[in-house]
Amino acid sequence: MLNSRTKLIQLTVTLTACAFLLVPMILSVMAGVTANYFQGISSGLTLKWVFRVWELYADSIFLSLWLAIACLISTLIIGLPAAYGLARHPGWLSRILEEFISLPLAVPGLALALALLQLYGSMKGFRISWTFILVGHVLYTLPFMVRSILAVLASMDLKTLEEGAASLGASPWQRFRDIVVPNAMPGILAGSLTVVTLSIGEFNLTWMLHTPYLKTLPVGLADSYASMRLEVASAYTLVFFVLIVPLLMAMQWASARAQRIAQ
Amino acid sequence: MTLRLTNIAKTFPDGTRALLPTELTVKTGEIVSLLGPSGCGKTTLLRIIAGLETPDFGSTIWFDNDDVTSLSVERRKVGMVFQSYALFPNMSVRANIGYGLKMQKLSKSEINARVTEVLEMCQLDEFSKRGVDALSGGQRQRVALARAIAPRPRLLLLDEPLSALDASMREALRDELAVLLRKFQITAIFVTHDQDEAMAIADRVAVMSNGRVVQSGTPEELYRNPNSSFVAGFVGNAMHLEGKSAGKLLTLEGGTQHLLSEGSGQNVYVRAEDVRIDEAGSLCGEVETVTFMGTHYRVGIKGIMPNVLTSIFSGQSAPNVGGKVRVSIKPQALMLLPEGEAQA
Amino acid sequence: MTNRTFVLACLTPLLVFSVAFLALPLVRLFLVSGESEAGWAIYLDILRKPRYLNTLILTVLVSLATTVAALAVSTTAGMFLSRNRFKGRGILLSIMTLPLAFPGVVIGFLIILLGGRQGLINQITPGHVVFAYSVIGLFLGYLYFSIPRVLLTVMAAAEKLDPTLEEAARTLGASPFRVVVDVILPGLMPSLIAAGAIAFATAMGAFGTAFTLATDIDVIPMVIYTEFTLSANIAIAAALSIVLGVVTWALLLLARSLSGTTVSAGG
Ligand SMILES: Nc1ncnc2c1ncn2[C@@H]1O[C@H](COP(=O)(O)OP(=O)(O)OP(=O)(O)O)[C@@H](O)[C@H]1O
Ligand SMILES: [Mg+2]
Repeated sequence: MLNSRTKLIQLTVTLTACAFLLVPMILSVMAGVTANYFQGISSGLTLKWVFRVWELYADSIFLSLWLAIACLISTLIIGLPAAYGLARHPGWLSRILEEFISLPLAVPGLALALALLQLYGSMKGFRISWTFILVGHVLYTLPFMVRSILAVLASMDLKTLEEGAASLGASPWQRFRDIVVPNAMPGILAGSLTVVTLSIGEFNLTWMLHTPYLKTLPVGLADSYASMRLEVASAYTLVFFVLIVPLLMAMQWASARAQRIAQ
Repeated sequence: MTLRLTNIAKTFPDGTRALLPTELTVKTGEIVSLLGPSGCGKTTLLRIIAGLETPDFGSTIWFDNDDVTSLSVERRKVGMVFQSYALFPNMSVRANIGYGLKMQKLSKSEINARVTEVLEMCQLDEFSKRGVDALSGGQRQRVALARAIAPRPRLLLLDEPLSALDASMREALRDELAVLLRKFQITAIFVTHDQDEAMAIADRVAVMSNGRVVQSGTPEELYRNPNSSFVAGFVGNAMHLEGKSAGKLLTLEGGTQHLLSEGSGQNVYVRAEDVRIDEAGSLCGEVETVTFMGTHYRVGIKGIMPNVLTSIFSGQSAPNVGGKVRVSIKPQALMLLPEGEAQA
Repeated sequence: MTNRTFVLACLTPLLVFSVAFLALPLVRLFLVSGESEAGWAIYLDILRKPRYLNTLILTVLVSLATTVAALAVSTTAGMFLSRNRFKGRGILLSIMTLPLAFPGVVIGFLIILLGGRQGLINQITPGHVVFAYSVIGLFLGYLYFSIPRVLLTVMAAAEKLDPTLEEAARTLGASPFRVVVDVILPGLMPSLIAAGAIAFATAMGAFGTAFTLATDIDVIPMVIYTEFTLSANIAIAAALSIVLGVVTWALLLLARSLSGTTVSAGG
């Protein structure tokens, strides 16, 4: 398109940016499997740091997985009917509601966590239970679920499809089950993967909401960065990558698919 | 089933008065077409009959002797074919057609048997396993019809079922639809804004204008005896002969024309096929346009009245543009309608 | 109308949840911010007290720098990747979008691996080059965070640009440079503004990265955190949170109204 000199500059910038993003990832992976990072690779490759991470942080990893599943279920229960409601009732009220629940996309997690702590911090039973963290995660991921489904629903002629079903004798619930949910599937899938990915990686809210007995994976990461030797921290990061990267790729694939359908 | 609508009106929340109090009766097995220009309230009326829209207070809808006015759509047992077909994209052709039967909680085997029967009637057997996205427009239209028909509704409603098809397809399917509807022996109401479609399919046509049914009758009745200038103009495109009438004589710019009866206070209409280019005609004008239509020419003539008068000319060589022609109209072919908008 | 009831019932869980866990907590946060001795004047204090004002200025400066750098890098790379098809393009694209899923803490750690005491740069350069815990490290962390987000926004916009516009400009005799200035940049502008706003808002509110890197740097999220946990100065933490929240929210609203896309801030 442009002349080759411009292209060369563009290529250089692109490659530099890639290197900037990739090199630290490689360093982290290397450090996680090197016997002694100070001596370098020559000290030999080992999985002992990964096992060490497993000993130290298995609980965090399981808690994160559990939270992600619970968060997925909650966002589905709240978000799927809500997206349908918003799609069926377009209007300024729905716009405001959608805008409002999207606040957690814009307002930093720190502020949201503070707000939750101010209101519910004194309810001790709730404060120290895992559901308190769950609330934070649902708060943060819900808008993704709702928007993802809403985008797909908005792209089809939902009203007419439902009228078609109604004229054939389907009740509102049957229409929701037989028409809305199956057709919203691409959005539900994309939303679900997004929710799980974000929940597993969520730090800002969780750091403020967690208790010493309830550490999620990223909280454990922060912990290991502060107090563990570099190899362990790296190995833990490696574990996180192994978990999150496939999820991210699945999420990107599903989102692209949902977007294609929504057009 | 006999459908009786009394005093049906609809005012939308934004104040739009889409329907003014309207009466309509459709007899058992009759196929009625609602015909009218865009925005006259056809869809609204159809949706009210279906139960998809609530009419204003005081309106009543009777299915035989049941008052169904407050019955919700899913319990009204009407079949509806939507303009966009509204086929469920998540289901196969078979599942789409079987959906209404499933809602009636019929047994699997019964559903299967009924669906197969309908598939055959609509010549859809070979597509039964396909997704609805993998069908042509005409096939979709048949699936939509089959889906509406399968639960054996009391009444079949079709909202411009052919309008999503392209012109050549529309004509072929028009006749097919007419045959199918009769095969089902069902009471049906069919919305269209295309007069040819209405005449080809319907036993009776109800012409609507500005939220009312202004005239209803067989296509022949409407064509020959329109009760208002609107119907005359809309059905068969009658042209208003604008001139001064005194007694049984109408004076136009291009000459005088005999009438069969007293013409004062009446508007005079004529159809293009009754305007004959004739050496001995009493009216004289100048050819403005000549359009070759295959079987005939449409000749636009100016100078006879303020607007262009169109004539259908079926001879071999059409008159030249710019040339003078004489025109004759048989007095029997003229339609005399009261001045001002006639009410139903 | 049972239909209407059903639709409203569908919205009920969302309403209950967002009132209980979003609306009420935010209201509470706002009320708390006025509960100190300073009262509502606490919002003025933020601008008056040098500690907070300097923090605010530093945060804005770092965020601005991040925004400019991310826009420059990502627009260049984004245009390149969306206009050229070559072997390895998919891999480059994957690499550049991978960090989307990394929380700020992880990015902080990656910057430490790059510029910390045991970091790559310190090892391969002579002398003592450690920048991870300085403003530069913070800037690089934010940049790391923003590049993928801006890149995706730019590429989405670039795909939507009508290529015939460029062709039309060229048939009219425009040089490649003029095409960029007259057609491409104006076409991308709404998205660039939107992406810039996103990058800026994200950097303003980024906590995770700052938490790992900015142990000695005062940026707003860190100040909120320390005021809250160490000094138990809850009112000022709340007030700063409110200010930060309003600023980032307004920026992202602007971004969305300009581009129509949503990319999360988060992190
Ligand atoms: N939901 C609505 N709210 C307000 N006005 C409406 C609504 N639906 C239809 N109308 C109005 O009611 C009038 C009749 O509409 P309707 O859809 O029945 O027309 P139609 O005869 O079917 O026209 P077409 O041939 O274009 O489909 C129109 O003026 C239309 O704008
Ligand atoms: Mg209509």
